[in-house]
Amino acid sequence: MQSLEVKQLSKTYGTNEHAVQAIRELTFDVQQGEFVCIVGPSGCGKTTLLKCLSGLLAPTAGAAFLEGKRIDGPSDGLALVFQEYSRSLLPWMTVRGNVVLPLLAQRLRKKERELRAAEALAAVGLSDFADRHPWQLSGGMQQRVAIARALAYKPSLLLMDEPFASVDAQTRADLEDLVLKVHADFGITVVFVTHDIDESVYLSDRIVVLTQRPTTVKEVVEVHLPRPRAQMATKELAEFTRLRGHVFRLIKGDTADAPPAVSEPAAYEAVIS
Amino acid sequence: MTRRLRGFFLEIWLPVAVVGGWWFLSEDSTSPFFPPLRVIVDAFEANWVFERIGSDLLPSLQRFGLGLAIAAVAGIAVGTMLGLWTPVRRATAPVVDFLRSIPAPALISIMILLIGFDDKMKVSSIALASFFPVLLNTIDGVRGVEPQQLDMARAYKLSRRHRIFRIILPAATPQIFAGLRIALAVALLVMAFSEMFASTNGLGFFILFAQETYRIPDMWSGIIMLGLVGYAVNVVFLLVERRALRWHRGWRATARDAGGAA
Amino acid sequence: MQGLRGTALPVLGTVAFFALIELAVVTGVVAETSLPRPTSIAKALFELVQTGSFWGAVGNTMKGWALGLGLAIAAAVPIGIAVGSSQWLYRSVRFVVDFIRPIPSIALLPLFILVFGIDLQLKVYIIALGAFWPLFFQTMYGVQDVDPVARDTATAYRLGRFMRFFFLSLPGATPYIATGLRISASIALLLGVGTEMVVGLSGIGQDIFKAQYAGQPAHAFALIASSGLLGVAIAIGFNRLERRTLRWHPSQRRELPS
Repeated sequence: MQSLEVKQLSKTYGTNEHAVQAIRELTFDVQQGEFVCIVGPSGCGKTTLLKCLSGLLAPTAGAAFLEGKRIDGPSDGLALVFQEYSRSLLPWMTVRGNVVLPLLAQRLRKKERELRAAEALAAVGLSDFADRHPWQLSGGMQQRVAIARALAYKPSLLLMDEPFASVDAQTRADLEDLVLKVHADFGITVVFVTHDIDESVYLSDRIVVLTQRPTTVKEVVEVHLPRPRAQMATKELAEFTRLRGHVFRLIKGDTADAPPAVSEPAAYEAVIS
Repeated sequence: MTRRLRGFFLEIWLPVAVVGGWWFLSEDSTSPFFPPLRVIVDAFEANWVFERIGSDLLPSLQRFGLGLAIAAVAGIAVGTMLGLWTPVRRATAPVVDFLRSIPAPALISIMILLIGFDDKMKVSSIALASFFPVLLNTIDGVRGVEPQQLDMARAYKLSRRHRIFRIILPAATPQIFAGLRIALAVALLVMAFSEMFASTNGLGFFILFAQETYRIPDMWSGIIMLGLVGYAVNVVFLLVERRALRWHRGWRATARDAGGAA
Repeated sequence: MQGLRGTALPVLGTVAFFALIELAVVTGVVAETSLPRPTSIAKALFELVQTGSFWGAVGNTMKGWALGLGLAIAAAVPIGIAVGSSQWLYRSVRFVVDFIRPIPSIALLPLFILVFGIDLQLKVYIIALGAFWPLFFQTMYGVQDVDPVARDTATAYRLGRFMRFFFLSLPGATPYIATGLRISASIALLLGVGTEMVVGLSGIGQDIFKAQYAGQPAHAFALIASSGLLGVAIAIGFNRLERRTLRWHPSQRRELPS
C-alpha cells in the first residue's frame, strides 16, 4: 500500500502581484517501508513541502494522502523531526519529559507512555541520559532526543527536515547510521529532506530531485545499493559514485536558469507582513 | 590569602566601613536630623523588637502581599490571554499603554476617588500599579515563545491546555519573573506612598508621622525597617526565581558557549 | 489597505472601553460621585487645557522632572561606567547597593523634608535619588556586557585600555543606557507627581490632590488623565531614543538567512 501519495501539490504565498509560488504541481509517492530522500537546490520549496505534508500548512491546490486519507491537518500517523533541534526541544523538561510530551495527546496510560519513552531512548542509545536536560547534551545527542521523540510516537511515516544539517560531519555519519538502523528495526516509512547529495544517496531507496522555485519534481532516481549500508563500504562502490554524480548534475544543471535566489523564509515573511 | 577569603573581604569591607563610619562620625552629633547611630539603634530596638510589629509592620506587609498576589495572578492570566489572542491585544493596546503611563501616585488618587480611604483602597492601588509590569512582561513572554516549539506542539496535536501549561507558560517564565521583579519594587513604593498619603497605620505612616512629631530617631528606625523589608523581600524573590529558572540559566549558558543562538 | 486595517482594531477597542464606562455610569452601575462619565472628564480636560494655571502646573512638574533626571544622569552614568569597568569596585559596592536599592526613595521623603524643607530642591533630590538606580544598573550591565569574541579580538590586536573602552565597552553600553534612561524618565515623573501630592509642592500632583479634596471628581480625573498623557509622551520620546540606539547595535543587526 502506498504510505504517502502527493498529488499535484501546490503552494502559493500571497495573492497579489507579490505572490510567491513555492511549489507547483508536485507529484510523487512513497511506498510502505521505503526510505525516500528529497533533495533540491537551496531556496527550493523543501520546507514548504514538509510543512504541507505534516499538516502545518494548507496547500493552495492539490493534496497529499497518508495511507489513503487526505492530509488536512496534523495527523496521528506522522511524526516530524526538525532541523534545529535546539529550538524544538523544550529546555525546561528533561530528555524523558521531552520524549513523552507528544504522547500526552494520545489516550495512553502513564505506564504505557513511560514504556514507549524508555524503548525509544534505548533505540537511540540515550537511556542513560533520560534525566538530563537537553541543553546538557551535545548537538548530536540532542538530535537523537528529537528522533526518540518521533519514535515514541510510533508513527507510520517519519518526516525529517534536514535533521543533520547543523551537526558536524563525524556526528552526522553516526546519526545517519542511527536512522538507517531505526528504519530497519522498526520498519517505518521515512521521508528525509536534505541538501547533502552524498547523504541522500547513502540513505535512500529512492531520491526525489526537486527543481528551483516554483518547485516541482525533476526526476525520481532509483537507488539500488545493497542493504545494510555502511559508511565506508557503500561509499566505495562504483554505483554510489555514479548515482551521486547523476543527482549532482540534476541539481546543478537546474540552477543555470534559476530565478533570483530569495530564501524561502524571507519570501514568506515578505508576503505575510 | 586564599581567593575565596579575599573575595569575602572584598564584598564586606565597604558595608562594614559604612556602618562603622556612620557610627563614629555621628557619635558626637548634635544635629537634630542626624542623631548618633547609637540612638537610632536604640530607637530601632524599642520600636521594632517587637513593639510595633503588630501595629505597623504587619499591616504594611499584609497590604503589600495581598496587592502583589492579586497583581501577579491577574497579570499572568490576562497577559497570557492577550499574548495568545492577537486581535484583543491590539484592540486593548492603546488603553493599556495609557493606563500604565499614569504615574502610580495618580493611580492612588483614582482609587481614593473610587473606593475611599480604607484598606481596600491601598490594596487596590498596590494591585493596580503592580499589575501592569506583570501584564506587559507576560504578554512579551508569551509572544516570544519559539515558533518551532509551537509548530512541534501542533504537529503532535497537543491539546490547547497542554500547549499553554507545558509549553507557552514555561517558555514565558523568565520574562514573567522579570515583570514580577519590577512589580515587587512598584508594590513596595505604592505601599509606602499610600501609607504616607492616606493612612493611620503602616510603615509609611510611621515614618512620616515620626517626622511630623519630631521623633527623629523613630523616623530613622522606620526608614531602616523599610530598607530591611525591601531587602528581605528581594532576597526571597531571588531565591524563588533562582529555583524556578534553574533550567533557564543552564540553557543560556550552553547557548552562549555555542557562540550565540544555535 | 493594510494601514487602515491596522488602526481599526485599536480605535474600536479604545472607543468600546470608554463607551462601556460611560454606560456603566449613566445606568448607575457605578456612582457618578465616584467615577464621572468619560464625557464629563473629557469636558473637564478640555476646559483645563485652556487655563493658564494648568500649564503652569505642568511646567512646574516638568521642571522638577528635568532637573532631577539630569542630576540622576550626571551621577548614574559615570558611576555606572566606573563600577562596571572594575571588578574590584563592583564587588565592593555590591552588598551596600543591594541593601539601599530596594528602599523606595519615597521612604526618605520625611528625612529630606527635614533637611531641604519644602521647595523645589526637595522634589529634585527625591527624583534624582529614585531615577539614579535603574540608570546606574543599566549602565553597569551595559559596560560589562561586551561580546566576548570582540573582546578577544581586541586583546589579540593588543588594544590598550582606553581604546577598548571607547570602541568596545561604550558603544556596546549605549542601548543599555538608553533603556535605563527610559525607565528612569518614567520613575522621575512618578516621584515628582508623588512628592507634589504628599508634600504640597506646586505641580500636577498638588492639583490632583486639591481637586480630590475639593470634591471635584471630574476635574481630578481630568488632571490624572493629563498626567497619564505626560507619561505617554515621555515614554514615546525615550522609546524612540532607545530604538535608535538599538538599530545599529551589532547584536540587533539580523543576519540575512542564507
